[in-house]
This record gives sequence, C-alpha cells and structure tokens, in this order.
Amino acid sequence: MRRARLLLLQIAVGLAFLLIWHVLTVYPILAPTRQAQFFFSTPLDVLARVWKEFASGEIWRHLGITLLETVLAFAFGAAGGILFGFLFARRELLAAVFDPYIKAANALPRVVLAPIFALWFGLGIWSKVALGFTLVFFIVFFNVYQGVREVSPVVLSNARMLGMNERQLLRHVYWPSALTWMFSSLHTSVGFALVGAVVGEYLGSSAGLGYKIHEAESVFDVTGVFAGMVILSVFVILIDLAVTLIERRLLVWRPGPSTNGQA
Amino acid sequence: MARSAVDRRGKRRTLMPADQSAPAVLLRNVAITFGAGSEVYTAVRAIDLEARPGEFIAIVGPTGCGKSTLLNASAGLLKPSEGQVAIFGEPLPGLNKRAGYLFQQDALMPWKTALQNVAVALEPQGVSRGEAETRSRAWLRRVGLAAFVDRYPHMLSGGQRKRVALAQMLIRDPEILLMDEPFGPLDAQTRQIMGNLLLDLWAANRKAVLFVTHDLEEAIALADRVVVMSAGPAARIIGEFPVSLPRPRDIAEVRLEPAFHHIHKEIWASLRTEVQKAYAQGEFDAGEGAA
Repeated sequence: MRRARLLLLQIAVGLAFLLIWHVLTVYPILAPTRQAQFFFSTPLDVLARVWKEFASGEIWRHLGITLLETVLAFAFGAAGGILFGFLFARRELLAAVFDPYIKAANALPRVVLAPIFALWFGLGIWSKVALGFTLVFFIVFFNVYQGVREVSPVVLSNARMLGMNERQLLRHVYWPSALTWMFSSLHTSVGFALVGAVVGEYLGSSAGLGYKIHEAESVFDVTGVFAGMVILSVFVILIDLAVTLIERRLLVWRPGPSTNGQA
Repeated sequence: MARSAVDRRGKRRTLMPADQSAPAVLLRNVAITFGAGSEVYTAVRAIDLEARPGEFIAIVGPTGCGKSTLLNASAGLLKPSEGQVAIFGEPLPGLNKRAGYLFQQDALMPWKTALQNVAVALEPQGVSRGEAETRSRAWLRRVGLAAFVDRYPHMLSGGQRKRVALAQMLIRDPEILLMDEPFGPLDAQTRQIMGNLLLDLWAANRKAVLFVTHDLEEAIALADRVVVMSAGPAARIIGEFPVSLPRPRDIAEVRLEPAFHHIHKEIWASLRTEVQKAYAQGEFDAGEGAA
C-alpha cells in the first residue's frame, strides 16, 4: 500500500516536470515559442525523437557499442584492481613503495587522458575501454586492498587454527572478504565504466551514445541532445537494476539493512 | 642471548621423550611481554601449567590478567618471550596443529552457511567434499542445529553461532581443546545449556581442555581442576584447586551441592583479593589516563 503510494508520488513529480516544460515551451509565457523551443525543445518532440530512434532501429547499434565498452572497461578494470589489490595488500613493501604514485595517478582527472588514449588506441572502442579502465581500476583496487587488509583477525586466527594453509586462507577468507568490499562499490564502479565509455565517445568516435549526443550538439539539435540523454538515463537505470540483482544473489550471506545484524 | 639459547636446548632435550604419559599441554616458566623499549608490558610471568590428556582445566582470574594470552601461547598464535611450551612432550614449533580453539568473539566465516563453516574445517585434512558434508550434518545434529544447516551466521542467535563454532572445532577431533571465555557473551540460560552440551560432548570423547573464564561458578561446574591467576600486569598462577565433584554433572544442579559451596568458598578466598587488586588498578589507571 505504502509502496504504491510512493510510486504514485514519484510518477506525479515526473509528470509535473514534463507538464511545466510543455507549458513553458508550447505557450509564449516567458519567451516567444520559437525561441523557447530552440533552446529547450518540447517534451513531446523529445519523446517523438526517442520513438523514432528506436523505430528506425538505428539506436540499437549505438547502445550495443556503449554497452560493450562499459562491460569491457568494467571487466578489465575489476580484474586489474583485484589482482593488484591482492598483491599490494599481501606485500607490505610493494604497497609502501608505490603508495605516492598510486595516489598521484588516482588524483589525475581522467578526462585529460582521453585524447592520449585516442592517439594510442585509435577512435574505435579500445580508447573508451581504456578510459573506463582507469576509472574502474582505482575504485576496485582500493576496495580490494582494504578488504584484504581488514579481514577480521579473529576469523583469520580461527581459520589458521583449523589448519588452513596459505592457499586455503586465500580461498576461504581473504577472497570472500575482498569480494564483499568490491561489491559494496559495484554500483559506483559500473557507473564509472559507463561514464568512461560515454565521455570517450563524446570526445572522439564514430558510434555510441556519447557520439549521438555530440553529433546532435554540433548542429544545435537540442531535441536530439535531450533524446540522447533520455535514452542514456534509461540505459543507466537498467544497468543499475542488473547490478542490484547480481549483488543480491552474490551477497546473500550479508545481513540486510533492516535485520539488525550483530557483529 | 647466547645463554638463553643454551638453556633452551638443554631443556628441550629433557622434554624430548614423547610418550603417551606426557602432558597434553605443558607451560614451563613462561613469560609473555608485549611492546619494546620503554613501553614493555609484561602480561604474564613464571607460568607453570600442566594439562594431562583428558583433563578439564578451567583458568579463572580477574579481567585483564592474561588468561587469553596463555591460551594463545598454547595455540602457537603467540610466541612466549621466555620459557617453553610443550605439546605431548614436544616443543611447539609454530601453530599447534593438535589443538582446536574456541574464540570468545564470533570467528565463523560470515560468508559461509553453518554447514559450509563446519565442512571447511575438514578441508585441510584432505577429506572429500561429499564426506565432509555428511559428517558436518551429523555434527550439526549433535549440537542441535539440524534445522539450521543452511543458515548464514547473521541469521543465527549468539548461542546457535557458538554451537556451530563448537561443531567446527570438534569435527577435526583435536587432542587439545582451548576455549577462551566461549560462552561469555551469552545470556545465563544459554550459558547453562551450552555448558551441559560441552560436558556431554567432552564426556563422550575426553580431551585435554583449557577453559578460560572469569566466572568462578562456571569454572567449578565444568572442570577437574581450577587454576587461579593473580591480577595483571605480570600475572602469575596463585593457586590450583582440584574439583572432585562426581561426573556426569549438570551445570545447574551441581551448584546446589554442599561440596560445590565448599570449593567455591575456598577458591574465592584467594581470588577475591586479586579481583579487588585488579579493580583498584583499573581505577588508578583511569585516573592516570585522565591526568
């Protein structure tokens, strides 16, 4: 009952926003309609454009490419982050030596790397994957590092008293602990993989959602820009939903936020 | 330095003959210090303790007296700064592979179900997964958790988690059981039930037990011998009291017997001054910290 009411209110906010947008752009209230529509388009035009994109089937190719870049960026970034996170957490010296360099690399705004990656990897998907990688890698790296370092000492002692060797400790204690930390940042890191892909496309490419938006912007096609943004938002929500489902499956052992889990 | 090495070798030779009558755990002149330089803190010193195979020993003492430190030394989790630890007559080289340890805190792997937590204890012994699962189910039934095998630790109560930990420790059939205030966080009724469960399981398969507790009544009800420690720092053993109450015992009923009261009175007489000392020290430390 409460959920239904909440949903109703959420829809009402969206409709109100669309209604105000519609009224202000279709009727000459704040500015002449032609001028208002040049800058802001109208909700119906945007929806019509979105419909056209899907109806013509043209958009699927772009969506597919962006999705592929996102998935690849996440996969490589997560794999690298896990590998180095484990390595650095288990080798004190390595972590200490590389600490300032990792901090410096992570502090760098990744957007400035985009042209370099375009130069190195070309205008195809790999320059976008590289950009997403640099974003995902550090998030996963720091979380896995933390996860391995902060394994509960009691759980670790207990496992050692059960006679586990280094390999078994890795498998039954360090690895699950690191995964928990990684999954706690899954939404952020998948989001960043997508940001990497779209920003990369925006700065130089011939396909993808970022490219579509950039193309529309370059001819002042505001309707096209907004249509691209609508498609992008829906795309993000769907990916986030998929992540939530995966997370729920993999972290069944974790106490839910409502059940007061005592440590 | 060189001198102590010679000492150690000399002692080791006397410990070498590993026969069946050797004590399961032998601590000889053990001292354990933490820190270095001017910050050295001596937890325990001059500890001589012997646990024969099949003997149930309870160690009591005021809080912060280093009872757990002794267990960790017997488990090989801590290396004593002085003295020797011998397990069945042999010096302990690293981790004590013949001992099981029941921790005070939750030590189960939260990402494994009760069944997986118990079954994983058999993996280091090379038991196949199928057999490990069958045996784990049997053990969980013995500790009364047949209906909870697929629950994760956070879905179990504190007492149930302790039962899983108990099964996890006992399924490996260790020859020495080290328990560090295992029932400390539980409520009074659950503690009694767990105590009786422990006694039942122990009676079926007698092992040497070192059971640390701050609860004197629990110590007497469970043990064959109660070891009393002084207040820390530099705590030592100030008394050993045999408990000749007949077995099998019921934790709740044994407390009503006159002999129980007699032993309790005797031990408490020596423990009381130490508890007061520890308490006074706590006050002093707190005052110092605030200054």
